Amino acid sequence: MRKGALLTMAALALVLSGTGAGLAKDKDGDKKEDSAAVKAARDFNRNPYPSTYKPYPGRPTLITGATVFDGLGGRIERGVVLIRDGKIAAVAGSLADLDVPAGALKIDGTGKFVTPGVIDVHSHLGVYPSPGVDANSDGNEATAPTTPEVWAEHSVWPQDPGFSRALANGGVTSLEILPGSANLMGGRSVVLKNVYSRTVQGMKFPGAPYGMKMACGENPKRVYGAKGRMPSTRMGNFAVNRATWIKAREYRAKRDAGKLESRDLAMETLAGVLDGEILVQNHCYRADEMAQVLDMAKEFGYHVSAFHHAVEAYKIGDLLKAADTCSAIWSDWWGFKMEAYDAIPENAGILWKAGACVVIHSDDENGIQRLNQEAAKAQGDARRIGITIPDADVIGWFTHNAAKAIGVDKMTGSLAPGMMGDVVLWNGNPLSVYTRPEKVWVDGALLFDSQNRKLRPVSDFELGQPGEGDVK
Amino acid sequence: MKRLLLLTAALGALAAMPAQAQNVAITHAKLVIGDGSEPIADGTVLVQGGKVVAAGPVVAIPPGVPTIDAGGKWVTPGLVVAVTDLGLVDVGAVEESNDSDADKSPFSAALDVSAAINPNDQPIQVSRGGGVTRAAVAPLGTNSIFGGQGAVIDLGADSNAVTKARAFQYVELGESGARRAGGSRAATYASLRNALAEARELSLAPAGPRRDDILLNRPDAAALIPVVTGQQPLYIHVERAADIRMVLSLKKEFPLLKLVVVGASEGWMVAGELAAAGVPVLATPLTDLPNSFEQLGSTQSNVGRMKAAGVKVALGAFGDQPRYATQYAGNLVALTKVPGASGLTWGQAFAAISSGPAEIMGMGDRFGSLRPGRAGDVVIWDGDPLELTSGPIKVFIDGVEQPLSNHQTKLRDRYLNPVEGDLPKAYEW
Repeated sequence: MRKGALLTMAALALVLSGTGAGLAKDKDGDKKEDSAAVKAARDFNRNPYPSTYKPYPGRPTLITGATVFDGLGGRIERGVVLIRDGKIAAVAGSLADLDVPAGALKIDGTGKFVTPGVIDVHSHLGVYPSPGVDANSDGNEATAPTTPEVWAEHSVWPQDPGFSRALANGGVTSLEILPGSANLMGGRSVVLKNVYSRTVQGMKFPGAPYGMKMACGENPKRVYGAKGRMPSTRMGNFAVNRATWIKAREYRAKRDAGKLESRDLAMETLAGVLDGEILVQNHCYRADEMAQVLDMAKEFGYHVSAFHHAVEAYKIGDLLKAADTCSAIWSDWWGFKMEAYDAIPENAGILWKAGACVVIHSDDENGIQRLNQEAAKAQGDARRIGITIPDADVIGWFTHNAAKAIGVDKMTGSLAPGMMGDVVLWNGNPLSVYTRPEKVWVDGALLFDSQNRKLRPVSDFELGQPGEGDVK
Repeated sequence: MKRLLLLTAALGALAAMPAQAQNVAITHAKLVIGDGSEPIADGTVLVQGGKVVAAGPVVAIPPGVPTIDAGGKWVTPGLVVAVTDLGLVDVGAVEESNDSDADKSPFSAALDVSAAINPNDQPIQVSRGGGVTRAAVAPLGTNSIFGGQGAVIDLGADSNAVTKARAFQYVELGESGARRAGGSRAATYASLRNALAEARELSLAPAGPRRDDILLNRPDAAALIPVVTGQQPLYIHVERAADIRMVLSLKKEFPLLKLVVVGASEGWMVAGELAAAGVPVLATPLTDLPNSFEQLGSTQSNVGRMKAAGVKVALGAFGDQPRYATQYAGNLVALTKVPGASGLTWGQAFAAISSGPAEIMGMGDRFGSLRPGRAGDVVIWDGDPLELTSGPIKVFIDGVEQPLSNHQTKLRDRYLNPVEGDLPKAYEW
């Protein structure tokens, strides 16, 4: 139905341009006054739901004595981290050269560990919130196989209790909320700071690019095949995708020529992908399908930022490295569906050895609380086959690499000076099962402290319920 | 794939061979008995005839028993996973390979999953590679509140998977039970009480005529006789505190019931009552979100709080990856360092995935620990078994060393170097 509507609209646009109604210039090239329709299609607000997030007040904070992982592969024993004005001011091996403000909160991190705030590139918090009742199920617009016009932020419920668990137990400070995988093109994702707000706008990560969710394989063909419509096969998946990209290319060319007569939300998203401004986040399990998606991306001129789930990425690490495409994966979840049958726990290790980008993701309101643990499992599984990966690199799988995959690595995901003050102080090595976040800062504001129960966020939903404010 | 199956069959034949293969001694181990005690720094476990003869700091090894020097590595009983679909499912979402539910069957309580166990399936092989040696396999769904009769299995590479058939009956109450019973919790209790009453009537005259207003067919009613007479444990899945209380109240009407509560997200809210009733709990670990209105009080401290209140609690019902047992148990240890949280000591945590579930299954004398007389289910680990980076090196079941290769390990070996050589990858096996 939806696709039919798209075709009709495109045909209409062609007819209009054929009659000259959409022309911006006459034969001689003299400028004519653009029609109102052309103006409306050109001069619209490209950021109509802007972030209103502002960092919460924080004290200058100095952590000393901890083992510091900077997210970029660096490790400093008994290091010093200074957070100031909401940013990482300095990371050093000693206090010597630091200008520590008077009145800074000083934390003895001896025996503890510091990392950048954890980032989950694949979360459905807010769009599939707790409680998981039908009334809250807002993650899949499963009424048409391509819905690039929907925006996940319009489904996010900012009171999902899951945000608090991700913060307190997972040290998560930023996360990308994606539409589900029922559709080939599921819609725009949104990157959030993990900070409760009355509004979604109050959570939106300022300056983060949009993403677009795509999905290969079983889900789209199952969902639409069951409805007796295309796609019902993997070849159908590709045909629908390609037909849609052809329309998007036409739309973009017309846009660039100033010939659009009306706005089209779906095409605006796809054109944003072709412009390189919107990052493709592609759910895809099998190696053969990923390889074909990479060709499709070449065919239409876009880049796949990350394959999500990517359980067979280990079979094509070389191709993924060459494409500069990250693999956002679980460590060892396996066998739950046919296209996950070839998942292996050494996926991350083999990819790392191939020099490809590894990201550990969750896709789950429980898994997001343990991204550090998932990474550690993958590290252990790699070690058993002789691939020894330094802890500092493994930390990067859920910090810097994750930031890179969603386009925020210039702002967060590492502890370089000037980066956002998104920091976790762990009560031990985060790659140990016995470790939990002790304190979590977001933009320099202390927003979780295991030693202060009032610094434990409680969503609206949990007020007055059993266990309100419990340790969780 | 076919080849793999043949290989497994061949190994199975070997495993059924002489008892000599069932003797082993493992020395210089960091030894975990699995009964809740803390590890022994330098211990030995001796297995003869497939059973543990002795385990402790000083154990005499009879001549002729093959001996493995663990060199300080961790040695534990095999993991025991309760309430799982192991052996019933190849691939969850591939319906024809999935025997975990039967919502179109005219039978419910009578279903006996021991008939459906496939000891060759990959989930069993993968779980064995993760150190899981025994499991309580539960039938999870029918069109009634009764799932049917679960089985206790071992994960050995042989044809005799079933340790105990018809080991328990499985019931869904709470929200999922309400859906099956007709739409409400009241309907679940009406169904359950009626079914138990019909079973009790039938037990008095098993071959005789029945009333004409019965609801259960004869096989289903007959299957509930051992439940109502206390011969077979009744596992009941509930989450909400109020539902747990209702379950405990069943004993007033049916005093012989051997109840086991499964799930129990809000168990901590009724921990005193559970402890007083002596009803054990197979708790889903780490549930901490209000995923449903029956889990509003969820917290990861649930298990620790129940344990502290004196509830017999072990881990179970944690989904489709049984080898995650160690990670879940390790997380419960982590909670002991979190202010305000309740967790388990290391020894308690390991017991919660070994002797604990075995005892709740009523089989603590058969397996689940390295105390004398238990099955020789032993795992040697390359590190602290609850730690994320650790994994099994050797796995023994009934004293027989088990193959640890499977579909995953073969893929791993094939793609360690992903680039194709002079022949396609299909020739590397």
